[in-house]
Amino acid sequence: MTNACLTFRDLTLGYGSHPAIHHLNGVVRKGSLTAVVGANGSGKSTLMKGIVGVLKPMEGAVVRVPGVRTAYLPQQSELDRSFPARVVDLVSLGLWPKRGMLGRYTKEDRESVSKALMAVGLGGFEKRPIDTLSGGQLQRTLFARVLLQDADLILLDEPFNAVDAKTVGYLVQLIKRWHGEERTIMVVVHDLDLVRQNFPETLLLARQPVAWGDTKETLRPENLLKARRFHEAWEENAPWCEPEDHDHSHDHPHDHHDHAHDHHHDHQHGSGPRAA
Amino acid sequence: MDFLYGLFIAPFADFGFMQRALFGSLMLSLGACPVGVFLMLRRMSLSGDAMAHAILPGAAAGFLLYGLEILPMTIGGLVAGIIVALGAGAVSRFTIQREDASMAAFYLISLAVGVLMVSIRGSSVDLMHVLFGTVLALNNEALTLIGGIVVVTLACLAVFWRALVAECLDPLFLRSVSRMGSPVHFIFLGLVVLNLVGGFQALGTLLSVGLMMLPAAAARFWTVRVEPMCVLAVLIGFASCIAGLLLSYHASLPSGPAIILSAGIVYFCSILFGTRGVLRARIVHHRHRTA
Repeated sequence: MTNACLTFRDLTLGYGSHPAIHHLNGVVRKGSLTAVVGANGSGKSTLMKGIVGVLKPMEGAVVRVPGVRTAYLPQQSELDRSFPARVVDLVSLGLWPKRGMLGRYTKEDRESVSKALMAVGLGGFEKRPIDTLSGGQLQRTLFARVLLQDADLILLDEPFNAVDAKTVGYLVQLIKRWHGEERTIMVVVHDLDLVRQNFPETLLLARQPVAWGDTKETLRPENLLKARRFHEAWEENAPWCEPEDHDHSHDHPHDHHDHAHDHHHDHQHGSGPRAA
Repeated sequence: MDFLYGLFIAPFADFGFMQRALFGSLMLSLGACPVGVFLMLRRMSLSGDAMAHAILPGAAAGFLLYGLEILPMTIGGLVAGIIVALGAGAVSRFTIQREDASMAAFYLISLAVGVLMVSIRGSSVDLMHVLFGTVLALNNEALTLIGGIVVVTLACLAVFWRALVAECLDPLFLRSVSRMGSPVHFIFLGLVVLNLVGGFQALGTLLSVGLMMLPAAAARFWTVRVEPMCVLAVLIGFASCIAGLLLSYHASLPSGPAIILSAGIVYFCSILFGTRGVLRARIVHHRHRTA
């Protein structure tokens, strides 16, 4: 894989001692457009955080190709909407990778901010205070910021939340344009029809990867069923995951009657992008 | 005309101590007010208050060892402030306790230690000096110190402005594009301590935070952008210092409280009459546009 953008090596991410992403292996190709789907709590956002580096892996690693510029649109941004800033101030933060902390914004920079706002259908919103934006408008503003970041790897976590159908159309067009520009894009989406129509590749998560590859293959009914059977809650006395334990699910050290569901997933350990 | 001159100009023209007081307090406003704006926008207004109390034992230690001397008291205050800021910050970062609780715990302990230390040796007059300051007795040393603090503060704000705004506005974004988040937070806390220490000689440990917070809180009612807010806060700070010093001169009041009370009056006026204030929102503004 010479053209890998991201490589997951036995990646386990989680909170406390509980994994939210469990032993993920695989490669995200440079220039690929991948939808990340799965039930609530299946680890989609956690994976995004792990890739950005906001969350440190419990085990394994995410390897980014050196020099890759990353843009990240979080699901729950920690944006302070009461902060006295205008739309243009917020979007201009996207110039950070280019201008850093001290570089002056040039005339072209200001033009590119306007262009980015235009691209998400918010032309003329420059001077609006951010606390007067609607939820969907704010989401588009953040999209404009991603646009401005001009990143090689773009991670969008449920970018279509609270966005009306017309704007979803806009945003999908934008994503496709990025795809055409050989950028690597991963998008967390819930709308499977949207995924089928627009995303060539899909990663289906249920803590473990259920399937990863061509969208049509990945979203086959049996895979979806498998993903749906995933048990969301953490178990306090779930057995410890031992390194040599990955591939056999038959002899768990404890016999807690409720971990039967584990058996559905355990044979999925080590699935790569082509496993389905 | 003479009357006005006597009222507004003469006190400053005739007395050296008034000139020093004016110069010192204006410089303080220049640094402390913008810091106060960010403190307010980060919802840390009360942390500023806590920090002001936390400075006391350091200043008291300096006072115990060297008497009422500016340099040892300042260095002591700085050390105590930084210990409390870092301690509270570390507790909130590495344990489940939030910063408000850890800050309260640290400053209360610190305050108790400070009062104890002052009472061991000093008379209550000394304690009053430390608590309420003596803006009318700023010596050259104190003015130099304040000047240095203002230069450092303004330089730091200029350099870290964008990072500071980003850290307030969208901390997660800042973390995803740069590693400046945590350093900026601690640099900012350092600036808060520095300005409080600069202010305590003039205004006392308890009131120095007043010159930081009140102009900032008042400015919030007039503008929706950070830059004008900082400028306005500084101007309000200037006005409060001048008004407070005149009030203290003519009515023989203690200068520190007079300055802070002047700022308080501006604050109340801003609540009422500010462009984003109460009256404007309630009474004016019945008309609206079609889009």
